[in-house]
Amino acid sequence: MNLTLYVWRQKDANDKGRMVQLQASGISEHMSFLEMLDVVNEDLLKKGDEPIAFDHDCREGICGMCGMMVNGKAHGPQDGTCLCQLHMRTFKDGDVLYLEPWRARAFPVIRDLVVDRSAFDRIIQAGGFISVNSGSAQDANAIPIPKENADLAMDAAACIGCGACVAQCPNASAALFVSAKISQLALLPQGQSERHIRVRKMIEQMDREGFGNCTNHGECEAVCPKEISLNNIARMNRDQIVAKVTKAS
Amino acid sequence: MNWFLDFYRSTVGKKVVMAVTGAMLVLFLVGHMLGNLQVYLGAEAYNHYAEALKALGAGLWAIRLGLLTILVIHLWSSFLLWRTSSNARPVSYRKWTPDASSYASRTMRWTGPIIASYALFHILHLTVGVQQPWFDPHNVYSNVVRGFSNPLLSGIYIVSMLLLVFHLYHGAWSFLQSLGANHPRYNQWRKNFALVVTAAIGLGFIAVPLGVLAGWVK
Amino acid sequence: MKLDAKIPAGPIAEKWQNAKFSNKLVNPANKRKYTVIVVGSGLAGGAAAATMAELGYKVKCFCYQDSPRRAHSLAAQGGINAAKNYQGDGDSIFRLFYDTVKGGDYRSREANVYRLAEVSNNIIDQCVAQGVPFAREYGGYLDNRSFGGAQVSRTFYARGQTGQQLLLGCYSALSRQIGAGTVEMYTRRDMMDLVLVDGRAEGIIVRNQVTGELEAHAADAVVLATGGYANAFFLSTNAKGCSVSAAWQAYRKGAAFANPCFTQIHPTCIPVSGDYQSKLTLMSESLRNDGRIWVPRKQGDTRAAGDIPESEREYYLEERYPSFGNLVPRDVASRNAKAVCDEGRGVGEGGLGVYLDFADAIERMGEDQVRAKYGNLFHMYQKITDENPYQVPMRIYPALHYTMGGLWVDYNLMSTIDGLFVLGEANFSDHGANRLGASALMQGLADGYFVIPYTIGNYLAAKGAGFAGTDHTEYRAAIEGINDKVNSILSVKGQSSVDEIHRKLGLLMWEHCGMAREEAGLKKALSEMPAIAEEFKTSVNVPGSPGEFNQTLVKALRLADFLEFGELMVRDALERSESCGGHFRLESQTEEGEALRDDENFAHVSAWEYKGAGETPVMHKEPLDFEYVKLTQRSYK
Ligand SMILES: Cc1cc2nc3c(=O)[nH]c(=O)nc-3n(C[C@H](O)[C@H](O)[C@H](O)COP(=O)(O)OP(=O)(O)OC[C@H]3O[C@@H](n4cnc5c(N)ncnc54)[C@H](O)[C@@H]3O)c2cc1C
Ligand code: HEM
Ligand code: HEM
Ligand code: SF4
Ligand code: F3S
Ligand code: FES
Repeated sequence: MNLTLYVWRQKDANDKGRMVQLQASGISEHMSFLEMLDVVNEDLLKKGDEPIAFDHDCREGICGMCGMMVNGKAHGPQDGTCLCQLHMRTFKDGDVLYLEPWRARAFPVIRDLVVDRSAFDRIIQAGGFISVNSGSAQDANAIPIPKENADLAMDAAACIGCGACVAQCPNASAALFVSAKISQLALLPQGQSERHIRVRKMIEQMDREGFGNCTNHGECEAVCPKEISLNNIARMNRDQIVAKVTKAS
Repeated sequence: MNWFLDFYRSTVGKKVVMAVTGAMLVLFLVGHMLGNLQVYLGAEAYNHYAEALKALGAGLWAIRLGLLTILVIHLWSSFLLWRTSSNARPVSYRKWTPDASSYASRTMRWTGPIIASYALFHILHLTVGVQQPWFDPHNVYSNVVRGFSNPLLSGIYIVSMLLLVFHLYHGAWSFLQSLGANHPRYNQWRKNFALVVTAAIGLGFIAVPLGVLAGWVK
Repeated sequence: MKLDAKIPAGPIAEKWQNAKFSNKLVNPANKRKYTVIVVGSGLAGGAAAATMAELGYKVKCFCYQDSPRRAHSLAAQGGINAAKNYQGDGDSIFRLFYDTVKGGDYRSREANVYRLAEVSNNIIDQCVAQGVPFAREYGGYLDNRSFGGAQVSRTFYARGQTGQQLLLGCYSALSRQIGAGTVEMYTRRDMMDLVLVDGRAEGIIVRNQVTGELEAHAADAVVLATGGYANAFFLSTNAKGCSVSAAWQAYRKGAAFANPCFTQIHPTCIPVSGDYQSKLTLMSESLRNDGRIWVPRKQGDTRAAGDIPESEREYYLEERYPSFGNLVPRDVASRNAKAVCDEGRGVGEGGLGVYLDFADAIERMGEDQVRAKYGNLFHMYQKITDENPYQVPMRIYPALHYTMGGLWVDYNLMSTIDGLFVLGEANFSDHGANRLGASALMQGLADGYFVIPYTIGNYLAAKGAGFAGTDHTEYRAAIEGINDKVNSILSVKGQSSVDEIHRKLGLLMWEHCGMAREEAGLKKALSEMPAIAEEFKTSVNVPGSPGEFNQTLVKALRLADFLEFGELMVRDALERSESCGGHFRLESQTEEGEALRDDENFAHVSAWEYKGAGETPVMHKEPLDFEYVKLTQRSYK
């Protein structure tokens, strides 16, 4: 099949950037979306142009490196699917696709469709952990954890840190990402000692990075490739209230 | 107080304040609507209710002041949050396709101020009675009936109520989520609750101008 | 070059204790005077960086992705082994040790493997304390499954995302240290060279992918945890960015490369569907517990699977290996799949695939039960292939998956270069000629959390704090060399794309140095490789400039190393004329077509020494002695 692409091209952080029209021809429906871009890039190379820069690594939907807006949807039209797991059979011959990078002040563009998501790392560094040194842990079976909680923690822990939630959110809010980590650790007994310091510090850092605020649109949950639930945002709010209202510092 | 300012400084804090003030405004509306529906009980009952309110005297002013404060906080927080969010995306998308968000959720920032302007207009209209020769502060019933006999005015009211319904359709669900009231088993219930509250408030208010226009209330 | 494994004295169960006791220690107050460079933030590197920082060392950690959370360790689905014996089914440290040595077809070092088994239990404790949400039973205790043909249930798992969860646990420990300022994290950096000062590893040069700048970093010691080299084959289950580059630079500076030909091929991957294919996707091995593998008996049978009657299907694993059936080890399953496809009986586009059929399982257990057990895998398969495995059999084919070979290290995980330590998949250590399922995660974390933090202290204490700064001539020379390399690649501006050349290399390797190898083929590969390397030198097309975000340049630099490395791998495969584990030489098989070891001549580690560009490398042998494990011929009949 043949497609028309409008792709955001931007040489570096200082460039203003613009949409550029490109053709993708001879695309097989079995290709993944990124393989389609590989083909477009090989064409560009043959013509002596510079290929489109886009992030990717595992190409199996787990590393969280890939991602862009495809026709105004983070990771494209298929629910619960990373861009690298999206296949071209989702589209049809003649389709027009707009490809834009994640847009958020906290995610500056590096080049074309590549953005800098280190803000997420800094949020985790602020408190997204349990403070336990290597070698000081007790036996793994010493504390039984109800299966239900373990499962809910696992649901939240499945986040791959791709940033689609921020990209799709009308407020560019990182609430879903941040709440997923807060929830995972809040649901486990190991996470209790630091539960309230954690939520406070992570939210502080989230705000410092310049993300927007959540007004419960639910767009994030809808595009999240790991289908992280909005319940986590509620849990984060609850913990933040408790942290602020009942804790001394 | 320190902890509160600290809390308010975070986006989540402001959001919680939005939710609490929003919920209080909803409570006021429920009461106000129930009061207004007494118009169907006839002039005597309705005026009696209005007089009772006025008899509160200083208490009434306290309530008014409280309401105003709540509204101002709600509005100011929404402004601060709006500013944070609009700064958060300096370059907007050429193309953005909504998925799960509702039209109501995306228009909160418009429906809110419109409702506030409406309230101002409404107070001038029915509390102060600006430019209404027939206005009688002691016959609220007649003020209402006469006022709504004007189809244009009723129209403005009804349209405003519809916008209010939009604001509440998202707001009544949203404030629960903001306050962390969330449990997988009750989440559907949460949506239903929002729907019922919104519909009740909307229908309850619209029933008044509609009743006058239709001649059920004379 | 002398290969001294530095195995501590004493009975095997006491060696690690003895080593820890006799190792020199760095006084806690002095630790902050030492700086350690860790390249890699996967399970091995991330765990090492976090733990060393907890101990008080200053750590600089590097990775090529935009965040340490994305290292390829996270792609592991199956699980992680430990000798906890929570199921009470007779597991023990000794049994895990024994199974691992046996599974590796007796080509690993007993002492290392024993230590691995010994610390395996601490890993699970550590991960649970970090908040890793392992699967649990209703009682709240940890669940286990049996994996990869093991006779006991010792595999811990977190749904189908064990690697991800372990890595995120490790990433959180690392993040805690970064937040505390004890680890400096450098992301989007490609290691370009190792710097030796006075024969000791003291620094690295990295290229900043965003600015193109070459940055020099110096330290008291360098730790490489840069993963495996399966991408030499172009198509593999590894992430696109995985490369041999870091290890290769170390090799060129004098670190011996051990057993490069030991690679593992995974039998259950989704087959290649076209020549645009960029990556192969693994389907968990657990599918073989209930799926039946078959191909048509007739060559070139193009009928749909459902139209082929039972009598015309060959369930070849069940027929050939009646006692293990579909559960034979990875290498046996892979080789048989290749054999039937070579006979022209493969299925699907291109004929490179065999059926993995769940019809019987669905009939036996019901579709719901199958869904409960394999739902997410079926879903993933359907997403990729657009076929519904509840209705038509899956198609699978083997793919390159893991590399047992790597830089040679002694018991302390130090390479043949003083001060250069190598962890995780990047070293050669614990898996011999074949890795058992769920053991790589275990090894990475063992190396990072529990081994290197002790052994590096011994080296540092003996050396004393202090190192030459980055203005030392060695750094300047290294940077100059890299600049030349980058500029020469950029100046070609030829006709062939990096991927095209890489595909050629991959195809050649897959053909001759893949599942089955023989002398003639290996020699052919060796003779054809220079032409591919030449094509790279004379007609690769890399646009743009060095001083910018240039993904093609990054790929080209990695390919340049693969091209040199491929040759070493083939050479090693040629040299080892026995079959063992994942290395199958057609010349060396039993009458039933099983891998036939030659313990007389090959019970050793082959460690290759670099002799300069264009020179033939020299192979050194580290003999392997087996005191505790009895060498037997594997048999799965
Ligand atoms: C699909 C798949 C499934 C698997 N399933 C299992 C399983 O179920 N159980 C099991 O035990 N094992 C499994 N394995 C194997 C296991 O995941 C890996 O062997 C192990 O995680 C490797 O860890 P590592 O830390 O050594 O390397 P990696 O996790 O690969 O980390 C390498 C690190 O080095 C960095 N790096 C590499 N090169 C450079 C460079 N030149 N410059 C700078 N940085 C560099 C990278 O950025 C990365 O941070 C699986 C592997 C794959 C591919
Ligand atoms: C001054 C005019 C008003 C403005 C500017 C305004 C604005 C907003 C905004 C921007 C939100 C955003 C939060 C979200 O999208 O979820 C919001 C929420 C809300 N508003 Fe208003 N509003 C106004 C008046 C009112 C009134 C009169 C009511 C009550 C009747 C009300 C009830 C609510 C409720 C319940 C919420 C949900 C709070 C939450 O999400 O936590 N608002 N409002
Ligand atoms: C159609 C529906 C409505 C009717 C018939 C109605 C009627 C009235 C009347 C009669 C008064 C004057 C009471 C008095 O002076 O004693 C009043 C006051 C008021 N109404 Fe409404 N109202 C309606 C809807 C609303 C809505 C939707 C809002 C809010 C958004 C609102 C907010 C107020 C406020 C703030 C006052 C002033 C109260 C005070 O005197 O302190 N009303 N309303
Ligand atoms: S919450 Fe979902 S969308 Fe957001 S970063 Fe995590 S996986 Fe991506
Ligand atoms: S879309 Fe945005 S507004 Fe909240 S619910 Fe999701 S973060
Ligand atoms: S490339 Fe790893 S998630 Fe898409």
